Amino acid sequence: MPELGPYAGEVLSAYAVAFGLLGALVIVSLWKSARVRRALDEIEARREPRRNG
Amino acid sequence: MRTSSAILPWVARLAILSLAVGLIWGFFFTPDDYRQGSTVKIIYLHVPSATMAINIWAMMLVTSLIWVVRRHHVSVLAAKAAAPIGATMTLIALATGAIWGQPMWGSWWEWDPRLTAFLILFLFYLGYMALWAAIDNPDAAADLTSILCLVGSVFAVISRYAINFWNQGLHQGASLSLDAEENISDVFWQPLVISLVGFGLLFVTLLLIRTRTEIRARRLMALKQRERLG
Amino acid sequence: MRALLARDLLLAMRSGGGFGLSLAFFLIVTTLVPFGVGPQTELLARIAPGILWVGALLACLLSLDRLFQLDFEDGSLDLLAVSPLPMEGVVATKAFAHWITTGLPLTLSAPLFGVLLNLPAPGYVWLLASLAIGTPALSMIGAFGASITVGLKRGGLLLSLLVLPLYVPTLIFGSETVRRAIDDQSFSAPLAMLAGITLLACATLPFASAAAIRINLR
Repeated sequence: MPELGPYAGEVLSAYAVAFGLLGALVIVSLWKSARVRRALDEIEARREPRRNG
Repeated sequence: MRTSSAILPWVARLAILSLAVGLIWGFFFTPDDYRQGSTVKIIYLHVPSATMAINIWAMMLVTSLIWVVRRHHVSVLAAKAAAPIGATMTLIALATGAIWGQPMWGSWWEWDPRLTAFLILFLFYLGYMALWAAIDNPDAAADLTSILCLVGSVFAVISRYAINFWNQGLHQGASLSLDAEENISDVFWQPLVISLVGFGLLFVTLLLIRTRTEIRARRLMALKQRERLG
Repeated sequence: MRALLARDLLLAMRSGGGFGLSLAFFLIVTTLVPFGVGPQTELLARIAPGILWVGALLACLLSLDRLFQLDFEDGSLDLLAVSPLPMEGVVATKAFAHWITTGLPLTLSAPLFGVLLNLPAPGYVWLLASLAIGTPALSMIGAFGASITVGLKRGGLLLSLLVLPLYVPTLIFGSETVRRAIDDQSFSAPLAMLAGITLLACATLPFASAAAIRINLR
């Protein structure tokens, strides 16, 4: 950790907020992507047997 | 979809790499500013996020125009996908700006033109996202949100001048204003550029992921409807 | 178009919720502010231009979601869409009717409310002027917001979220005009910008609003 001096609180909280928000954005985006993908796979699997049969 | 599948992992890796290099370099290996002390390290978050906040709205404007003119579905879905990213960037810019400003200006919030403009931009993002969420019919939603984006952009430009007129602001005095006379020395500039690139690549990565989700969601909806109709 | 205007004005008067309600709301906001910030006259005098402008703006917002809603629900909007009248004309007429029943009464009554807030003497005439020039923009921008949200069930809140950021430039230039007139400074710049925004809104937003209504009628 570099010598942050009197402003350590500000600098660290700025980085914490930024990473927190970015992290939340990434997690939500990935989760939504996985959820939609799963639902799409399910519904396409239901169609497959019909199409092949 | 196939092209995006191919390039997505590479863009993601590049994004992580440049973000890591830029931020680690900036945080650990740069000196303090003689006026602002260690708070200058916030610049590696504040400037890239603020830049992205504006650029993402510009991208939404262009893609909305493409939808209005050429009815290219992926275009408008990309705009829809970009909005939350832009809103988050705006929020980061506001938060880091306020945190940076507190020791410099003595208060958590000042109605300074730059910060105020970003607050209004955040409201524009919220309105755009709220409108998408409120309309059921996807094509109507695409059309209406595109109109909102176009009209909103005109007013955003007007608002910028209005806000500058309304308050001459602290940004002029303080050295947060970079594009003006302030000559940022290379010591800070180099990691800043890398962080900027990192944020940009992060945006592209998230945009690809989110747009693909939107495209899949559309297909999902179509298939569900077909199932329901037998 | 004159028939449409007459019809809308008549409907507004008859339903009673028209300009009386906006004025009452304006009065309430004007009386609430001293309760909120304290009764010191110098403080009130300084913030009076802003409070009056914000009050007028919010009062305009109140009657916006009814602008197209009633006609949308009973099918009249569909009829107007296929009539020989261009939708842009319909929108402009409705916005004008809204201004006559809301913006105009607010403008004319504002000096009275200025008295309640100890508005300094030079401010009165410029309060009138700035509102007279700015409220048409509020009606037109509001009509645009209403055209976008006309199909929605609980459109009112979304309408406010969409319209209020668009109101910011008009609010800034309007209240700045009054403030500078009070401080005996040159106010031609904000006044000109205010007029410019109103002209721009009235020239371009009817087209955007008409497009939005056509989309919502699909």
